Amino acid sequence: MISIDLIQKTAEILMDKAAIEIPDDYLTGLKAASAVEDGDLSSFVLKAMLENYEVAKQDRRAMCGDTGTPRWYIKMGNETQVEGGPIALEAALRRATANATNGVPLRPNRVHPLWRTDHDNNVGIGAPEIEYGYEPGGEWIDLITVHKGGLFGTDYRMLFPSDGIQGIKRFYLDSLISFGKRGLACQPAIIGIGLGGCKDTCMVLGKRAACLRTVGDRNSDPRIAELELELKELGNSIGMGAMGFVGKSMVIDAHIEVGYCHTGGMQMSVHAFCLSSRRAVARVFPDGRVEYRTDPDWFTDYQRRETVEWELPAVAAE
Amino acid sequence: MSPREIRLSTTPSPEALAELQLGDIVYLDGLMYTAREGVYKRALEDKANIPMELPAESATNFHCSPAARINADGTFTMGAVTATASFRFAKWLPEWLEKSGAKLVIGKGGMSSKDYKAYFVPNGAIYLSTVGYGTGALLGRGVESVEAVHWNEELGLAQAMWVIKCNRMGPFIVASDIEGRCLFERENERISQNLERIYEGTRPATLKRFGETDDKSDELIG
Repeated sequence: MISIDLIQKTAEILMDKAAIEIPDDYLTGLKAASAVEDGDLSSFVLKAMLENYEVAKQDRRAMCGDTGTPRWYIKMGNETQVEGGPIALEAALRRATANATNGVPLRPNRVHPLWRTDHDNNVGIGAPEIEYGYEPGGEWIDLITVHKGGLFGTDYRMLFPSDGIQGIKRFYLDSLISFGKRGLACQPAIIGIGLGGCKDTCMVLGKRAACLRTVGDRNSDPRIAELELELKELGNSIGMGAMGFVGKSMVIDAHIEVGYCHTGGMQMSVHAFCLSSRRAVARVFPDGRVEYRTDPDWFTDYQRRETVEWELPAVAAE
Repeated sequence: MSPREIRLSTTPSPEALAELQLGDIVYLDGLMYTAREGVYKRALEDKANIPMELPAESATNFHCSPAARINADGTFTMGAVTATASFRFAKWLPEWLEKSGAKLVIGKGGMSSKDYKAYFVPNGAIYLSTVGYGTGALLGRGVESVEAVHWNEELGLAQAMWVIKCNRMGPFIVASDIEGRCLFERENERISQNLERIYEGTRPATLKRFGETDDKSDELIG
């Protein structure tokens, strides 16, 4: 049984880490981009961002004043038991979100869409989102918080098989260029692309591709992995850099996730996870151990399974 | 070539403003206030009295909601500060500039040169863009103190009018000059020359959308 108090305490620490500490994989990617950027203004912007990450950690203040819309991805093993059950778990995550909003502090971004009511704590109807995934074996729980920016860089389009890869590239470029102008997408970004599923799942896949995979990670399907690299290169060849200035850093990495879709369609979504790619992860065990990391490790073979049955490994070593 | 760096007052003289060139990097000293849709609506549509002497106290309007809190003892804790996209406020800005006398508008993404020429230039105002986006922690270091928070109860923390004392706060980039030229449009124009080549080997979507454009020099704002 995993202690509910430990879950809430860990979740509060994660909220703080996500807002303040740039994940190492993104930092390494941005340093590489900065090393080759030769646009005067773009280059200045990347250097300022690298300095900003250091200042955030030194001062323990949020990297960016817009701390996004905090959400939770929760993954559990098949044997996981949480003290108080799922209702207690959700209450703990909502409390952690509210406490950290006041504690760090984060910007209380979440308001009612019509009445603009602001609880000043990032909690409200449907906020924070809490999504779930499961893995065979294991008694742990993974708490993953992502604070993605909320306004620009995301789009969806219904493509068809006849649009093909050429159509995918067109919509990809359209999204990057239109939101990249004036830097609205806060690039260079991790670009997540969802292909297939239904409209809602296509959006979910693309968002998770952006937020739950690390820079350098490749899709397990080698042909998709190749397309990821091709799209990364394509995005960096536009001639646009940070803030929409002349430059060559648009995409720190491109990630594609697919889902089976209607036979007549090829749904596509594009998502940009910004210069403050805020994510933090912890695995909590029943014996009270907590392991912090920045790789959500969400897309396991099990998450991408294709067939009816899933063969459990002969020995579930934990 | 590194951009030029300049220190500027938040109540700048016309001469100081005339010096600024597109792409200059600016650091600010003095008082600034945050104002976005909530403040504009309340001041301009609901005709509420603006709780500051403008522009005597400050001629700098920051399109920003800080990551901040009001403590139980009434003091303020301000963490990071970052701008929000300004083009959404074009509806209120002409009247606001006239009424507030603001000379510096700070935000994300800038406005169009049409906006600059229509109501920035006649008011002697220019636009500064934040950098990144968001050098929130760097800008946070430039906050010497929070002098006041107005309309917090009416508008909430994110939309309230925060009055900030700045000490070498920055970096900001000069995105419009005193004649209304636009940095982002200049950059867009340069980038557009490459776009035809980059689109080679792609095809427009089979199913079109209403209002769709295939002119890649178009922008989403305005």
